[in-house]
Amino acid sequence: MATHDATASSLTSRGPGEPELNPLAGVDFAELEKSLRRPRTLINVLLSWLVAGMTLVALIPLFSVIWMLLWRGGRKLSLALFTQLPPAALEQGGGFGNAIVGTLIVVALAALISMPLGILSAVFMAQAPEGNRLASVVRFSAKVLTGFPSILAGVFAYGAVVLTTGGYSAIAGAVALSILMLPTIMLTAEDAIRMVPGKMKEAAIGMGATRTQTVLMVLLPTASPGILTGIMLAIARGAGETAPLLFTSLFSNYWPISGHHLNLMQPTASLAVLIYNFAGMPFQNQVEMAWAAALVLVIMVLVTNLIGQSLSGRQVQS
Amino acid sequence: MAEEEKTISQAPTGWQRGSDAAFRGLCHAFAWLSVLLIFFIVFKIAIAAAPAVRQYGLGFLTTRTWDPNKSQFGILPEIWGTMYTSLLALGIGAAFGVAAAVFLSEGYLGWFVFSILKFFHVEFHTFWGKLPERVEQALKNLIELLAAIPSVVYGLWGLFVIIPLIRPACNWLHLKAGWFPLFGTDLSGPGVLPAVLVLSIMILPTITAISRDALVAVPPKLRMAAYGLGATPWETILAVILPTAARGIVGGILLAFGRALGETMALAMLVGNSNIISISLFSPANTLAALLANNFPEAQHKEVGLLMYAALILLGITLVVNMIGAIILQRASVRFEGGK
Repeated sequence: MATHDATASSLTSRGPGEPELNPLAGVDFAELEKSLRRPRTLINVLLSWLVAGMTLVALIPLFSVIWMLLWRGGRKLSLALFTQLPPAALEQGGGFGNAIVGTLIVVALAALISMPLGILSAVFMAQAPEGNRLASVVRFSAKVLTGFPSILAGVFAYGAVVLTTGGYSAIAGAVALSILMLPTIMLTAEDAIRMVPGKMKEAAIGMGATRTQTVLMVLLPTASPGILTGIMLAIARGAGETAPLLFTSLFSNYWPISGHHLNLMQPTASLAVLIYNFAGMPFQNQVEMAWAAALVLVIMVLVTNLIGQSLSGRQVQS
Repeated sequence: MAEEEKTISQAPTGWQRGSDAAFRGLCHAFAWLSVLLIFFIVFKIAIAAAPAVRQYGLGFLTTRTWDPNKSQFGILPEIWGTMYTSLLALGIGAAFGVAAAVFLSEGYLGWFVFSILKFFHVEFHTFWGKLPERVEQALKNLIELLAAIPSVVYGLWGLFVIIPLIRPACNWLHLKAGWFPLFGTDLSGPGVLPAVLVLSIMILPTITAISRDALVAVPPKLRMAAYGLGATPWETILAVILPTAARGIVGGILLAFGRALGETMALAMLVGNSNIISISLFSPANTLAALLANNFPEAQHKEVGLLMYAALILLGITLVVNMIGAIILQRASVRFEGGK
């Protein structure tokens, strides 16, 4: 290393008219050696270790959460949890079958609301010419919505749906969740549509396809893995949200049916709210069920996330 | 599209023209709709809050009691608690988040794995040679996994792991150094510190992901130039890379701040929900989001208006913070486009 530096400098340091000197004269090779005794090197090594240590510390909570979920939630896991209704205070046994069904219903409804809105806005953004005002405003508002506090989505749905329809319902919960899912779907769908090779779009237009045909038959099918990734990520986020459901779909100790029909206009249980309610209870059985529910919820969220991420690799790219 | 034998293409029929215009109109309308949604949300909350705003005015923001029986309402402790917990969490989250971002973007782990492989002389092996890259990717995914865990699960974890874990140490600190304002009370269960710790874990992935993107986007020639001048890797990071990426990092930290301000469940479960203004880390407190989460489900008609007022304040704070963050990030990415 040291000799290499020296030869490099010998090529450049010779100016015109200067006397020829041995460029290696006066170079202290020991000075160029990397040594931990020099403060600069020492600081370099110490900072590297500090950063490595801090990254490790940042990961400890993750492992602790996963360990606790498996340990405290895993040992409680049984088939009855998935088929029975939540226990009353001091009651033993029970399950959270209705909460799993409720979570699925509310999240599915929310996806039904946010998908058309998100995908069509994304088509608009991706198809708009460069520098289109509306497109950049839509993009900016989507980015602002990503950081929108989830509790405020609940407050909005309370004002817009619960007060209007006169009661807590799965629909109100779905409206709240759809606001939180919308920006993820919009932004990932726009990226996915933009990544479709320009050749494909040009070929479709060259064949005489209208823009609608281009979008529906070429762009959206080609971009579908990326769009599905966004939808999956949004669903994963929505399934884990608690705050917007607290006072929109509330909670229920019963199945979301009245008579023999599915009833979307009544309070509906969800896993997240069940965890919140049971975590604060002074009963051993309920606390253990909160852990089991947390394990089930995390598995649902992670599996949805993984499916989404595995899809994203499949998109055709230019 | 056309199935006739003689011509393979044809002009669009009237119906196709019509449906094309309709579809484009629909996309346009939905784009407008998603912008108007934000305004509708603000409008809806503001309308619901209007009677309370008129009745209580600014006094609502500066008084300390929340007592439906006496009809006294004030959210000063909540505003204080929101700011205090968010700023503390931001301090911890930013330090660890940026450190993790540097660790990831400098490829330390990959280098470490590579040198182990080199020791066994398999660093260019078809399978083992890919290991450094894979381990780096796995670490990145692990940190992103932190963001995938629902906040209510963090709340549960904080309640049953963090609080019992830190309680003895906190009470010992209070006993030995109670004169110090930060340790002024003992930790009787939920309190500011457990909430802050969990909150900082929750915002860390945001900071790391955005900071890493900003660090990776720094043009490599800047790094090479610094190395060429004889700077050590860390002198390069501190004097060249971090300042160049500063805008992206600050944008990420601001977005994380917005997230911390609006985070609800972990705080509602861990912060203690009592209207106390205290600088002590171990005292229970309250935040705007936790107030909404706790009082909304059983609110009477009149209280709903007041909660809407509190929601409006929270909305104002987070919208401003998020907008500044988004604008800074947008500018940061524009600036780098010419630099490559």
